[in-house]
Amino acid sequence: MTAIPLGVPRRLVEFTLDGQEARVPEGSTILDACRAAGKDIPTLCQGDTLTPKNACRVCVVEVEGARTLAPACSRKAEAGMEVRTDTERARHSRKVVLELLASSVNLSTTPRAAEWIKEYEAKPDRFGPDAARVDEEPRVDNDLYVRDYDKCILCYKCVDACGDQWQNTFAISVVGRGFDARIAVEHDAPLTDSACVYCGNCVEVCPTGALSFKSEFDMRAAGTWNEAEQTETTTVCAYCGVGCNLTLHVQDNEIVKVTSPHDNPVTHGNLCIKGRFGYQHVQNRD
Amino acid sequence: MDLHFGDSKPTDEEREAVDALLGPPGSAWETAFGDSTVRSDADLRWARGGRAARERRDLLLPGLHAVNDRVGWISEGALDYLCRRLTVPPAEAYGVATFYSMFSVKPRPATVLHVCTDVACAAKGSAELCAGVEGRLGLGSGVSVERSPCLGLCERAPAALVVRAGSPAAGLGDPPPDSRSSHAGEAEKAHATAVVAPATPEAAVLAASAPETAEPEPPASLAVPQAGQPGLTLLRRIGVVDPASLDDYRSHGGYSALRRAFELGPAGVIREVTDAGLVGRGGAAFPTGVKWKATASQPDRPHYLVCNADESEPGTFKDRVLMEGDPYSLIEAMTIAGYAVGAHKGYLYLRGEYPRALRLLGNAIEQARARGLLGDDVLGQGYAFDIEIRRGAGAYICGEETALFNSIEGYRGEPRSKPPFPVEKGLFGKPTAENNVETLVNVLPILTMGAEAYAAIGTEKSTGPKLFCVSGSVERPGIYELPFGATLGELLGLAGKPGNLRAVLLGGAAGGFVRADEMDIPLTFEGTRAAGTTLGSGVVLAIDDTVPLPRILLRIAEFFRDESCGQCVPCRVGTVRQEEALHRIAERTGAAAAGDIALLREVGRAMRDASICGLGQTAWNAVESAIDRLGAYE
Ligand code: SF4
Ligand code: SF4
Ligand code: SF4
Ligand code: FES
Ligand code: FES
Repeated sequence: MTAIPLGVPRRLVEFTLDGQEARVPEGSTILDACRAAGKDIPTLCQGDTLTPKNACRVCVVEVEGARTLAPACSRKAEAGMEVRTDTERARHSRKVVLELLASSVNLSTTPRAAEWIKEYEAKPDRFGPDAARVDEEPRVDNDLYVRDYDKCILCYKCVDACGDQWQNTFAISVVGRGFDARIAVEHDAPLTDSACVYCGNCVEVCPTGALSFKSEFDMRAAGTWNEAEQTETTTVCAYCGVGCNLTLHVQDNEIVKVTSPHDNPVTHGNLCIKGRFGYQHVQNRD
Repeated sequence: MDLHFGDSKPTDEEREAVDALLGPPGSAWETAFGDSTVRSDADLRWARGGRAARERRDLLLPGLHAVNDRVGWISEGALDYLCRRLTVPPAEAYGVATFYSMFSVKPRPATVLHVCTDVACAAKGSAELCAGVEGRLGLGSGVSVERSPCLGLCERAPAALVVRAGSPAAGLGDPPPDSRSSHAGEAEKAHATAVVAPATPEAAVLAASAPETAEPEPPASLAVPQAGQPGLTLLRRIGVVDPASLDDYRSHGGYSALRRAFELGPAGVIREVTDAGLVGRGGAAFPTGVKWKATASQPDRPHYLVCNADESEPGTFKDRVLMEGDPYSLIEAMTIAGYAVGAHKGYLYLRGEYPRALRLLGNAIEQARARGLLGDDVLGQGYAFDIEIRRGAGAYICGEETALFNSIEGYRGEPRSKPPFPVEKGLFGKPTAENNVETLVNVLPILTMGAEAYAAIGTEKSTGPKLFCVSGSVERPGIYELPFGATLGELLGLAGKPGNLRAVLLGGAAGGFVRADEMDIPLTFEGTRAAGTTLGSGVVLAIDDTVPLPRILLRIAEFFRDESCGQCVPCRVGTVRQEEALHRIAERTGAAAAGDIALLREVGRAMRDASICGLGQTAWNAVESAIDRLGAYE
């Protein structure tokens, strides 16, 4: 969570990070400490507004004395710990995890994936042409957002955002198990038959583009999506008195999607259907 | 929580099955939507639900069982009704129902024949069994044949299990079937299970068509070749005592350990268990006394005791034999453990594939309760303790302690990340001691013979007696009890080692292979570790040179791929990539296999290092040991 309200002062925990003394407030994760020290560790399932599920395992680091590697995103720093972030062992696991992911799903719209694949010299092709893939068709069953699970890495962020961490609607869940596990609504029905209230908070947190605005999905299909040309303007939603912050993404003088600043201490990036999707009236020019 | 339910309605039968478990609905809000016939004016102003209903979330798994047992599969209407009754979001319940392999959310025949295709059964002809069964039970036979992982009947391989859905079989005290019940009189639709092992296609098909009249299983003592021999500790009552009779159990020394426990007090019991050097028998070998002490000393209340009877490691069947042959001993041991850690409630999480153990344990708990050995005032000592059985539904991963908690709580059986450890935050987020069946049963001799005498058995670091599950190519497969420290050769000598032994799988699918010339490996935790292998759960699966090794390795890989919960990437995708590589090299050796072996090693290393839980961390062990120790693919 980015916006931490000032609370009781927390004690500092001292430990070693890559041989250097590090001091972080009690309760901080190893990842927090790394970021504070300016170290870059890849993360996918970690999100700034959610408790990480630590399911992707790209952020693993070596903790002295531990049998296995630890997920930096959720292991809390403990006094006296000796953590190494860039060992051959940790790098090997990150590389293999990136290969496993990239060989099974489409990471083309996952920010930074290509960069990490290069950095870790991951070769997703080496599992051969017959390596099983998730292979799902995009589900376009409503006008607001598209679910393209061929891009889904099962990070659980959307489930947590829809469930007890933010929205409390519990419209989606992981179903099935193992390689066949997928995100779905009850009975694997279309979204329109589900409990979904179209707040789009799942879209807000999805790290891969598996969930995207229908507008973005259509523009990408038409080849007109151009992030470099977009401007972002943060304003206040005018629909109701809550006054959530909206960030309007505008391309060619058209709003193409709406996000919300995660560091807003009230909403943490969450909106309701009106703020998130109800922008057409603004550009109704007839 | 603003729950949304679809408009699919349960059938009368489904509703009955759920109501039989949960009682009639408290208000119309809990019934199927739109059922205005039963909604009164008062219902419109008042709804029971909220926290009270949500706190029954843990009845989700029993509820799914209730529907599946009655109808054979779980329809949308049934699932929605169950969700309404428990205030569980349907998407989550759907995620739970699809997690377990014994449930189906698609229509299927009422009778399911599970044919084991796992390692021990594969070595004893499960492929022929499957082919024979499928040849006889074609489409329209009303039986669905499903290939199953280890059914825990490995000593009688190949094995099959029949589960037929239907209304509950009439038992003693049940009212006579009356004509109002939709299925009265249709005796052939009563819920029934049958175990067929060793199975022939004919016997399996016969059992599938009439499970209620299937041949009874042989007594559990037949799985204990040493039964009745002097000098046994854990197995001494098996075949001697009547597993259905509490009196018989008491006349064979039952409940003397509990009396001793009350004399010692909780701290005294923990001291004895610690001094005895008891370590967990489930595979992790963690000191039991340390675990109990840590749980007992937590200020947070309540404390729970959980018995892990989800024995699903391929090749393991010792817990089944203990529970079937001497069920009261587990009930007594759980009571002692509960007393020691300060728990008033014990959960016995039993794997779903053990119908006889379920019956016998259910009976044992009832009898113990009726006689004041469970309940508000155990043995008149002012200590309250009771045990509830929870059935698993076909998921190896639920043997992982934290996955087991999730499963009991009504969530998907996915492991939690540790820390926090269960002694601090376990079942329902409360301090919990979790032990497997064999570990708990060891507490009885510790208390009756005293820590010192117990610790004198075995070696210095591995104390006490140990059970081994011997199966595969041996003359007398079964459970053997030996003091820790006996060698592999001695054990196989007892079981009748074949002349053409090729290898032994030690510790199950998560364990490792050793060669036929490594018979002097001492069977202790430290001895197997020194030999670069593991004792695991006590599996000793002998493989002779007629069994094609690559096929066994493929089966192991397939097992882990099937059983991965899917939560973390190294395990979810890694197990698939490993199985693919093993398929590619199934018929190859030497240079032709080298590239894929290198790939297996790289993926295996990341799985071991980066997976969340033991499943992914050990999934590569057996195959790696076959490559390194047995020279498979050379
Ligand atoms: S849009 Fe909102 S309610 Fe719908 S699935 Fe996403 S998070 Fe849940
Ligand atoms: S849809 Fe997106 S947020 Fe949801 S699990 Fe998949 S990748 Fe994560
Ligand atoms: S996003 Fe929804 S809740 Fe927030 S101000 Fe707009 S209308 Fe109100
Ligand atoms: S970012 Fe840490 S496990 Fe995914
Ligand atoms: S019952 Fe078939 S392998 Fe155990």
